[in-house]
Amino acid sequence: MAAKRAERLVNLVIALLSTRQYVTAARIRATVPGYEADDGSERADEAFKRMFERDKAELREMGVPLETGRTSAFDTEDGYRIARADYELPEIHLTGEEAAAVGLALRLWESAQMAGAAHSALVKLKAAGVDVDTSRSIPLQPRLDAGEPAFEPCYAAARDRRRLEFDYQRPDEDAPTRRHVQPWGVVAWHGRWYLVGLDLDRQAPRQYRLSRVVGTPKSTGPAGAFEPPADLDLADVVARQVGGDEQLVVIRARPGTAIGLRRHAVPLGPGDDGDDRLELRTTEPSALADQLAAYGADIVVEAPAAVRDAVIARLTRLATMGTTP
Amino acid sequence: MTQPGTTDRMTRLLALIPYLTARPQGVAVAEAARDFGVTDRQLRSDLELLWMCGLPGHGPGDLIDLSFEGERVRVTFTAGMVRPLRMTTDEAVALVVALRTLLELPGLAEREAVSTALAKVSTAAGHAADRVTPVAVSVDAHEEALSVVRDGLERKRALHLHYYVPTRDERTERTVDPMRLLLVDGKWYLEAWCRRVEGVRLFRLDRVDDVVVLEEPAAPPPQAHERDVDNGVYQPEPGSPAVRLRVSRRARWVADYYPVDSVAPLEGGGLAVTVRTADLAWARRLVASLGGEAVVVEPAGLAAEIAADARAALGRYGVDVQPTPSDAG
Repeated sequence: MAAKRAERLVNLVIALLSTRQYVTAARIRATVPGYEADDGSERADEAFKRMFERDKAELREMGVPLETGRTSAFDTEDGYRIARADYELPEIHLTGEEAAAVGLALRLWESAQMAGAAHSALVKLKAAGVDVDTSRSIPLQPRLDAGEPAFEPCYAAARDRRRLEFDYQRPDEDAPTRRHVQPWGVVAWHGRWYLVGLDLDRQAPRQYRLSRVVGTPKSTGPAGAFEPPADLDLADVVARQVGGDEQLVVIRARPGTAIGLRRHAVPLGPGDDGDDRLELRTTEPSALADQLAAYGADIVVEAPAAVRDAVIARLTRLATMGTTP
Repeated sequence: MTQPGTTDRMTRLLALIPYLTARPQGVAVAEAARDFGVTDRQLRSDLELLWMCGLPGHGPGDLIDLSFEGERVRVTFTAGMVRPLRMTTDEAVALVVALRTLLELPGLAEREAVSTALAKVSTAAGHAADRVTPVAVSVDAHEEALSVVRDGLERKRALHLHYYVPTRDERTERTVDPMRLLLVDGKWYLEAWCRRVEGVRLFRLDRVDDVVVLEEPAAPPPQAHERDVDNGVYQPEPGSPAVRLRVSRRARWVADYYPVDSVAPLEGGGLAVTVRTADLAWARRLVASLGGEAVVVEPAGLAAEIAADARAALGRYGVDVQPTPSDAG
């Protein structure tokens, strides 16, 4: 931002904080340095109006509670003021350990989606007198994935409670389909970002992997258009869906192989051919089929047929590799 | 959103005078610059700008006044800017969600402090934090390994691990000197000096089958440096042989997940991807686990091996697939 504009905005904030009266635009123009002076010309009036409108929008966007109103019934036009109680961050005192916890927690956003907001929150806490030592060396480094372009529009729509439209590509469908959603929130669940909301076409809660959103989601309609359920637990919604119905899968593995599968398997004893029979549990049969196919001839799927067929389909595709262009 | 580590200049300008007010003894310019995440030069320029601001009238007694003593700066007249601006919704969400995430971690020694900090911060953030928070973070916990590893880190002791290596599908045993714990993309990693391979390695905690704290002290050698994980936990291996893949649209995530040398779009939404790795066993397993959504273009030998593996596996299901010569049809 240009230094002149920044200086004007700081002066405007100081001026409006220093009075309980509503100050008219004309008075602001006369007392806050940096505005186009009133030389009686229409051009100067227009320039001032444009500049002042932009400044008000900028302050409101930063969260400055700019009020509009009239001090007395005799006033002929609206004026502006900032109520100190609404502007100021309330008192906050943190112990050394609490401040260190805040510093550590905010590292979660380092280089991730809310890095900017996390940093300015930290700046405000420091300005409130809290000494947050972010350099304190705790050998712990939380971090979230940064690369999810759909995060920002989804988050903003959930925050403002505006309807959201986007194209969504399911892996089992050939083309993306348009979704209309009341966005309730975004969740990082075990490293993957999801949008949770009410699907307006299906009239049921749904979750969407952000990485499957095609293009930029568009918010439509007014803010505050809906209210998420009061007892909403975002992470729980995703956990219930992702960790959906558990399925049992029985495989045979050659002795001494498939160590990775054995780590989470229930041994069922040896099979007829001397292989070990193992019972696996999964909530994502398709991901398990990927994993099983990679074990090649070390394992054979016994049941269920759907998983067996899925593995055979994968192996059949792999078997032609290097021979078809 | 804005770049990490920098604040919008207006946010900073409105916070600077309250920041100095809260520190009546004054602050070194360099320290203030660090606190705001800007250069000394930028901070000085901010202070100079503020010096020109003040109450309407702008007489000598109306302007913000600062006093410099050597490298230290102090505020002597605030013009009414004594407290920082309230938290915005975004700031409150960033704070509250981060603290809640920390609270979810098992075996956290600072749990009590995190929980009281969360309560205080929520109160101070007021209505911005009242609403149903539109962001949540849930991490994969792996409670047991995590608390043992933390114990080793805090007491600076070596650890003995039983560790599963997926690319070779084997269980290994090794003694490591722990350096730090990382939470990357929802998964926990232990960064440690591995005495067996004599190098720094990242161990994913969900692959640790057993871990014990040893009595001997942790002593990572001086050449053990922490890795930069900003671009993910997989490191590119510049000098290694190239593996060229064609991945379908469904397997495009491969290009985001692993460090790739080059990426070019293909017709139909797929990608041509080049990965450099000396570990062909890794590449073989990756491609096999993609079940035909990725095709190896180079090295040709790798493609042939994967296809032969698959044919052998199909034999166990009684399915016979003959290799079709590439000039067929």
